[in-house]
Amino acid sequence: MENSKPVPRKVIRIAAVTDGGAQSLSTGSDAKMGSLYQAQKKIYPRSVSGLFSKWRWAMVFLTQLVFYGLPWLEWGQRQAVLFDLEARRFYILGLVLYPQDFIYLAGILVISALALFLFTAVAGRQWCGYACPQTVYTEIFLWLEKITEGDRSARLRLDASPMSTNKFMRKFSKQFLWIALALWTGFTFVGYFTPIKELGINFISLSLGPWETFWIFFYGFATYGNAGFMREQVCKYMCPYARFQSAMFDRDTLIVTYDEARGEPRGSRSKKADPKALNLGSCIDCTLCVQVCPTGIDIRKGLQYECISCAACIDACDSVMDKMNYPRGLIRYSTQNAIAQGWSRGQLLRRILRPRVLIYTAILLAVTGSLFASLALRLPFKVDVSRDRASLARIVGGGKIENVYRLQVMNATESAQNYRITATGLPGLTLASEGTISVNATESRSIPVTLQLPYDAAAPGSHEIHFEVESVNASGHVTEKSVFLVPR
Amino acid sequence: MSDFTSNFWSVYITGISLVGIVACLVLLWFSGKAKAMTANDNTTGHVWDGDLREMNNPLPLWWVWLFIITVVFGLTYLVMYPGLGSYAGKFGWSQVGQYEAEVAKGNKEVEPLYAKFNGMKPEDVAGDAQAMAIGERLFMNNCSQCHGSDAHGSKGFPNLTDKDWLHGGAPDKIVETITKGRIGNMPPMAAAVGSSEDVRNVANYVLSLSGSPHDSVKASLGKSKFGACAACHGADGKGNQAIGAPNLTDDIWLHGWGENAIVAMINNGKMNQMPAQEHKLTESQIHVLASYVWSLSNKPGAVALN
Repeated sequence: MENSKPVPRKVIRIAAVTDGGAQSLSTGSDAKMGSLYQAQKKIYPRSVSGLFSKWRWAMVFLTQLVFYGLPWLEWGQRQAVLFDLEARRFYILGLVLYPQDFIYLAGILVISALALFLFTAVAGRQWCGYACPQTVYTEIFLWLEKITEGDRSARLRLDASPMSTNKFMRKFSKQFLWIALALWTGFTFVGYFTPIKELGINFISLSLGPWETFWIFFYGFATYGNAGFMREQVCKYMCPYARFQSAMFDRDTLIVTYDEARGEPRGSRSKKADPKALNLGSCIDCTLCVQVCPTGIDIRKGLQYECISCAACIDACDSVMDKMNYPRGLIRYSTQNAIAQGWSRGQLLRRILRPRVLIYTAILLAVTGSLFASLALRLPFKVDVSRDRASLARIVGGGKIENVYRLQVMNATESAQNYRITATGLPGLTLASEGTISVNATESRSIPVTLQLPYDAAAPGSHEIHFEVESVNASGHVTEKSVFLVPR
Repeated sequence: MSDFTSNFWSVYITGISLVGIVACLVLLWFSGKAKAMTANDNTTGHVWDGDLREMNNPLPLWWVWLFIITVVFGLTYLVMYPGLGSYAGKFGWSQVGQYEAEVAKGNKEVEPLYAKFNGMKPEDVAGDAQAMAIGERLFMNNCSQCHGSDAHGSKGFPNLTDKDWLHGGAPDKIVETITKGRIGNMPPMAAAVGSSEDVRNVANYVLSLSGSPHDSVKASLGKSKFGACAACHGADGKGNQAIGAPNLTDDIWLHGWGENAIVAMINNGKMNQMPAQEHKLTESQIHVLASYVWSLSNKPGAVALN
């Protein structure tokens, strides 16, 4: 260890400030007394344009087109994507899912988590910077703020100025646009759970149900509050992903980095001056990278947990480098290893194929493959067997033993279906109830089934049997295990 | 909280809850007053293991409001709902009350479904596919536990598909049975019949009524002793639906077949009960359910019989 000299432990007292308590502490002149709480400093991010900003806007359009557009799509006679919680049927395009299909939701969550691991290992917090709803809605809300109140400097001036008609009108239009968008977002969200066209009619005619109203306003309020006011506070204090993603970083992970060797010593200079002659690095200390940062950090201090990897500072710095006629990339996506060892772009990219990334990729492909295979092989009906609990077995006329079962047949298609029921497993086992049953579209039906066995056909006790249920109109065959009891 | 003989626990719970909330507020107030020393590099100066330094990352101020909202919510909740010992709360909420309100709401929601069947005769309801689908589900949820999913019953629980009725199979009788329940009571008759030999003879006579295998000598001896049974089961053994006395001539044996089963019944008697459903089901539901049960034995083909 290079730093083997033990650092003396400084004792910092936590005490209520009474009469000049700060002076009596002996921790040196660079220490100060601070509250245990920190007031939020409002951040006025400057708008930025450039390659990564374009990528972010492309992701904003893509994600929001899907989010706002999907509930309006039709599939046959119904909404293409609808999660009907009351009837417990979940429609996704041609699929009709039952609560029993929740394994697929688990699969999608596992895939999402693995994808997050993979992207983070390769290129850091890509999700945070480009696709997270918190980033996407903040981007949209910031844009609305810009068209009503102007860019960073105009907003700073406006907030510092006393109330005037101009200020009121600008604030009012911003709030109006924010609230309208937030309500539309809440409305769209609820539209995934209740048919959105009826919801729209009810919304306009003010005849929404109490829960619909609550969720529209709740989700709308969450959008308005998080994207309008909380912004970076959500990422810094509330989001768990922000914290655990750093556990997936290694020294070959792409992060937004300031090239300190090239940039320092920083300082302002004339465009015509030769930095070498002035003994200056490439950084002209214009602080644009700080002004555009949505989380209010200075990337030149190195990797910080607040950095959401949005690359706004890269876009800002590149534009300055262009103006100065310096090469781009003073701030760029790079890795700790590449910066430390001065690797070329090719060397850096070659490090992507490292065991951690390959293992994540392999698991992700395997899980994704199994999910789609399982969906493709999924039968459009399900069967559950439960034996009648009250009567174990009964003796009926004709010298036969009878057992009663209840078959729950779940039709996961959108047309009425006929199913044929047979029972196997014991010689002479016959079905004494109807052998073909019909179940309406997307419905689940409980059918009593009576099985009979000749008196001496089996020894007393419990015998394993199987119900075979097959679709009459379509293909598909389900085997369910049960038991037949012969009394002593 | 009548479950407890003293109000100690009530006071205890109330005290702990309120003291806990007040302690939270006091802690919040102190933490607002307290100051921590921080160096310019954002460390507190605490170092462990040589290089592990404690940073000072203060909680955002708006977080304090979440604490305050939590306390206000907690206190409001404790005023409105039962939480402080035996205090019932301003809303007068209880689990039973909520359950009853939800059942009433549910019944009100489904009432329009039943409205169109209410005016129909049971025989017509039995012909309505939608009503029978409802009836089937009502039966599955409320009746099948005893009578079996296929309504064929089992020992002690009557078969509802065989046209043999203890208390009558007319729709209004079925409604009465479901609503009020039934009690079937066969008293011990050994003393009235006579010796154990007489009992065995009567048992054989009863078996002979339905043409079941029996000892014809014993049966003829038992005939004279059947008078004790005739009061309820009738001189011809065909039973009496007014008092729920079963027909002994139809070879249907609810409590077991054979000489021994009948001897045991004469000696020990039997009390059997169908519980009343009027507090579980609404009148409209019973109407549809009774029609469904009626249809089980009155529409050949509706349910496959043996």
